[in-house]
Amino acid sequence: MKLKHLISIDDLKKDEIIYLLELAEEFLPVAEGKKIRKDLEGNLLANLFFEPSTRTRMSFEVAMKRLGGNVVNMTAQEASSIAKGETLADTIKVVSKYVDVIVLRHPLEGAARFAAEHSDVPVINAGDGAGQHPTQTLLDLYTIKKESKLDRLKIALVGDLKYSRTVHSLIKALALFKSEIFLVSPQSLNLPEEILEEIERKTKIEKAELEDIIDYVDVLYVTRIQKERFPDEEEYLKVAGSYKIDLNILKKAKSSTIIMHPLPRVDEIDISVDKTHYAKYFQQAFYGVPVRMAILYELLRR
Amino acid sequence: MERLAVSKIKCGTVIDHINAGKALLVLKILAIRPGCRDRVLIAMNVPSRKMGKKDIVKVENKYICDDELNKIALISPKATINLIENYEVSEKKRVKLPNVVEGIIVCPNKNCITNSREPIKSKFHVEKNGDNVKVVCHYCGKKIYELDKYIV
Repeated sequence: MKLKHLISIDDLKKDEIIYLLELAEEFLPVAEGKKIRKDLEGNLLANLFFEPSTRTRMSFEVAMKRLGGNVVNMTAQEASSIAKGETLADTIKVVSKYVDVIVLRHPLEGAARFAAEHSDVPVINAGDGAGQHPTQTLLDLYTIKKESKLDRLKIALVGDLKYSRTVHSLIKALALFKSEIFLVSPQSLNLPEEILEEIERKTKIEKAELEDIIDYVDVLYVTRIQKERFPDEEEYLKVAGSYKIDLNILKKAKSSTIIMHPLPRVDEIDISVDKTHYAKYFQQAFYGVPVRMAILYELLRR
Repeated sequence: MERLAVSKIKCGTVIDHINAGKALLVLKILAIRPGCRDRVLIAMNVPSRKMGKKDIVKVENKYICDDELNKIALISPKATINLIENYEVSEKKRVKLPNVVEGIIVCPNKNCITNSREPIKSKFHVEKNGDNVKVVCHYCGKKIYELDKYIV
């Protein structure tokens, strides 16, 4: 595998994704703290976050440190003062001289690909505006592989399918694995037509109602429906309520079905679900650690 | 024979069979702007046997390179190029659609890094979309189907 940067899930071929997921499996005991490895000792990572994020930033930090590496952080607040008058290109040129790998989150789409052009060291995209967030997609795939199955997967994507970049990237990756995809969303938050057409050519994908497929799917992937997307509170509550996962709707689910969510959750999933065996969203967040270990290992080994 | 809509040039580049109404976009693509000193002849919506109507652009005393000319294929895939020497056609060729175009197109995505104050040139991958052309932003992935509006 010849990976120089990780910018978009589209840059990865299916066998490269499989390879990274297998590598993540190897690092799982290290992520769990059961095994100690020092593969990345002497390496330094810079977290450059021009937008706030706790989970992604922390899990990169944890992944790096658990493999013996070290981390320097630039938070959104510092970024805004450093960036005053300085271009991203210049910031990257300077920081890439300090460290061995850069993790970047930036509000503008395409920022990570641009940064990679100016960096001497690997750049990992940790989210660029409404654009790409490939490490999230990889950890989603790892969770599916680990807690369900990637072969002949039947998956329902529930909630905001229009604006969710997580969903857009995941769908493209699922198409590589020929998953059967069901889209469960309010009319105003349907998957963009352009993406639908692209995926239709590759795999089975259709719109569905939750009640009709709940007893059929292996994975329920739930996303947050944002209040800002609705003209008024009443409309939001009505729509959000009809896509809520609770114990009642789960009565019809297969016992092997799992529920995933990129987090943070608001109230798309009732907290009573957390204690059931269906709930895998916290495990999913944890899997970000071994997956990011695999990515860092792959990018830093020379 | 019908009278020529624009006079012959002694030497230079003639771009013929431009889709009707697109001549001004061709000028934009070739960076022929106010203040330019080249002698340029333009004919728009002239009758054409093959195309019904077409545009023609003639640039005198200048042999424009293929990389520049091929960008015209984005808006006029059937355009032809005649290089003129001493009133005679010295070379005849067709424009060829480039795989990648840098500059000339502005990404419609306001939130794209190419629209920021970074030192960056727009870059698009060109794909054929039936008879039309689709371009995809190298940076943000935005697809453009109707190019005319975004050529600067």
